[in-house]
Amino acid sequence: MELTQICDLAVIGGGPAGMAAALEAYQSGVEKIVIIERDKELGGILNQCIHNGFGLHYFKEELTGPEYAQRFSDQIPGTTIQAMTDTMVLDISPDKTIHLVNTKNGYQQLKAKAIVLAMGCRERTRGAIGIPGERPSGVFTAGTAQRYLNMEGYLVGKRAVILGSGDIGLIMARRLSLEGAKVLACVELMPYSNGLNRNVVQCLNDFEIPLYLSHTITRITGTPRVESVTISKVDEKRNPIPGTEITFQCDTVLLSVGLIPENELSKTAGIALDPRTRGPVVFENMETSVEGIFACGNTVHVHDLVDFVTAESQRAGRYTAAYIQGQSPSPNAFLPVTAGSMVNYTVPQKIHLPASAPVEIFFRVAMPMKDKKIVVTASGTGEKLMEFKRLHLAPGEMEHITIPTSALEKVPDGIEIAIV
Amino acid sequence: MKELICIVCPRGCHLSVDDTAPEITVTGNACPRGAAYGKKEVTAPARVVTSTVRISGAAHRRLPVKTRGEIPKGMMAEAVKLLDEVTVEAPVKVGDVILPNILGTGIDFVASRTMDKT
Repeated sequence: MELTQICDLAVIGGGPAGMAAALEAYQSGVEKIVIIERDKELGGILNQCIHNGFGLHYFKEELTGPEYAQRFSDQIPGTTIQAMTDTMVLDISPDKTIHLVNTKNGYQQLKAKAIVLAMGCRERTRGAIGIPGERPSGVFTAGTAQRYLNMEGYLVGKRAVILGSGDIGLIMARRLSLEGAKVLACVELMPYSNGLNRNVVQCLNDFEIPLYLSHTITRITGTPRVESVTISKVDEKRNPIPGTEITFQCDTVLLSVGLIPENELSKTAGIALDPRTRGPVVFENMETSVEGIFACGNTVHVHDLVDFVTAESQRAGRYTAAYIQGQSPSPNAFLPVTAGSMVNYTVPQKIHLPASAPVEIFFRVAMPMKDKKIVVTASGTGEKLMEFKRLHLAPGEMEHITIPTSALEKVPDGIEIAIV
Repeated sequence: MKELICIVCPRGCHLSVDDTAPEITVTGNACPRGAAYGKKEVTAPARVVTSTVRISGAAHRRLPVKTRGEIPKGMMAEAVKLLDEVTVEAPVKVGDVILPNILGTGIDFVASRTMDKT
């Protein structure tokens, strides 16, 4: 085998984002497409998400994670897309040379006309949040425990405390309960859950698992395995309040304390990252700061629903095909999109000019709010362009609005999205 | 009056269910499925249950399964326990029945993915 292979499009990651982008690029006329996946099969994290609730938007029916993944992976054999599994990408050069390695062919290079980054995200760990106490075994990230339980077939513990009320933590509370473990508590630092409301209902309430809001773990003890966990109430500044301690005898702690877009490879390619999303800064066509390198899915920003990952990745696939076919907008004329009051970030951060299609903007709000308006204003002048009413806004639920091309024609300094 | 959060879709509507009158009324729902959920949740709550079973001859040790349809909420633990006794042989196709007629409900556990023989 030659050291260097050539393709039109290389997709890094074979999860829902990578598969949707590759299939869409194929349908848009790109032929030589390679998906590079480090696991032994396509599907990504969906393969371990055996619970249902996927696909209501995209397929209009409720699927489990593996079923959702299979709807896409089943389409690949009928195409010219090559899935290179069990393969790790080591580095991407700005000239779009991908350095990869696998056990079959060793080190290889793949030169692509365009690249789609679809590496997904990774979990924050105990080290990222600094929990005091001893360092016993039995402390897992929720996603790791999910893989052990659902794919490898190991129950990680018998009595567990879950820190963080993100969706994976909630889902794991239910899984552990159904498989015979006792979940003593779900502990959340913030005064509200970061997970979807439906998951609080069907994963905690259904199993009578108490949710401690405005609480955090202040001590873990045990040698060599977790023996107890102490939680404390926190004040408005999130500092533990002495005297509020509750101790649980348990053997396991699961952490569901946030996801971070995976971008080590993006950095090797010299791609500009947004410190708020921790993913690449992208244009409305999902192109990054490096020409011909696109990104989509949880690599760009962490989504709540895979359906939205699919939609975003299909958009990336279409625009990547356009780039390969020589129909890409100039990177020099663009409008910046800025996050205003109570908005944590926006995706995209830039819109090419002239705008050729309505632009969908995705964002998260800073705190739960009721009866508010999403307001789009012209940066600089502050002129109000559009507003959208919302009865209910929450950080755990990604918002999106669509801005017509007409609104983008008269705003030379860009637009700002704010909640008022 | 019962306050519920709808679990039909990720939107999570806040429902108010009035079950004091003979005709149960639901408000706060954004779609008809929410009204149906609200009524069912206060009369006969039911859930789709997902779990795994042992599989031999495949690339993985566990095969994910789901109930094809909802079963009564109170039967969840017992239904999952039935799967402890099940080992399936690869190959399995998505949708194959793994355990029929769970606890007499008429609902089956089915495979939620395809696993080839290795």
